[in-house]
Amino acid sequence: MARAATTADAFNAVAEPRRRQILDVLAGGERPVNDLVRELGLPQPQVSKHLRVLREVRVVDVRDEGRQRLYRLNGHALKPIHDWVKSYERTWSERFDQLDVVLEELKQKEEGDGSDE
Amino acid sequence: MAVTSSGTATVTLPTDEQILITREFDAPKHLVYKAWTTPELVKRWWNAKRGEVRIAEIDLRVGGTWRYVMVADGGVEVGFHGEYREIVPNDRIVSTEVYEGMPEGAPGEGTLNTATFTEVEGRTTLTVLVQAPSKEIRDAIIDSGMEAGMQDAMDLLEQVAISLG
Repeated sequence: MARAATTADAFNAVAEPRRRQILDVLAGGERPVNDLVRELGLPQPQVSKHLRVLREVRVVDVRDEGRQRLYRLNGHALKPIHDWVKSYERTWSERFDQLDVVLEELKQKEEGDGSDE
Repeated sequence: MAVTSSGTATVTLPTDEQILITREFDAPKHLVYKAWTTPELVKRWWNAKRGEVRIAEIDLRVGGTWRYVMVADGGVEVGFHGEYREIVPNDRIVSTEVYEGMPEGAPGEGTLNTATFTEVEGRTTLTVLVQAPSKEIRDAIIDSGMEAGMQDAMDLLEQVAISLG
């Protein structure tokens, strides 16, 4: 079965909920695999498989420290996803900036009405 | 990340089929609700500074429909419409949304949107949860947001060019 797609890019790598969970944990700092196993409640082989996918697209880096392997988040590799969402966010930000102006007018009108009565 | 004052909208992707938009406004919720549901007011903010809203029709009752049409700078017309499913005045609106420009605009490809208005000490947090029928459609919506802003697309292109260099 062809499974190459999951390691094609960061978008595919984070499409899996468990892998996003791993990233959430690693966002709090470097962790050995045992910590991830405990926090996710998954068997270690499964966690290792997810880590392998994340490492292949460089979203996660690993280094050896003594007898431990420590995994850490590489935020830079997530930038394409961030940029993609940002562009959509900008549309709404611009809408809401204009809504601020409308609301300011509504507030003033309401205050004006209140003092007239 | 806390939203401490009015400013940029925050967009997150809670699941593969969802988009969550959050923004705080320095106004009580009945006014945010009014601006959200009054056609002549919608016409003033919904264009996102990218054109003119020509049509804003709102039949605000359960089973009633809405339709917004914007003519973007450059002449491209973009339309959206939907139906109101649930209305709790000043608190909550659940409605469907269909983008009229989808090439294969098959029925049932719309999203279910829940707008929630929460007021704390005169300030209102608006959240819009967009529930798409699939990840593909969710992703297409975010892509369309990018198309709406040519400048955004240019920025992205520039970043890609830099990363390739």
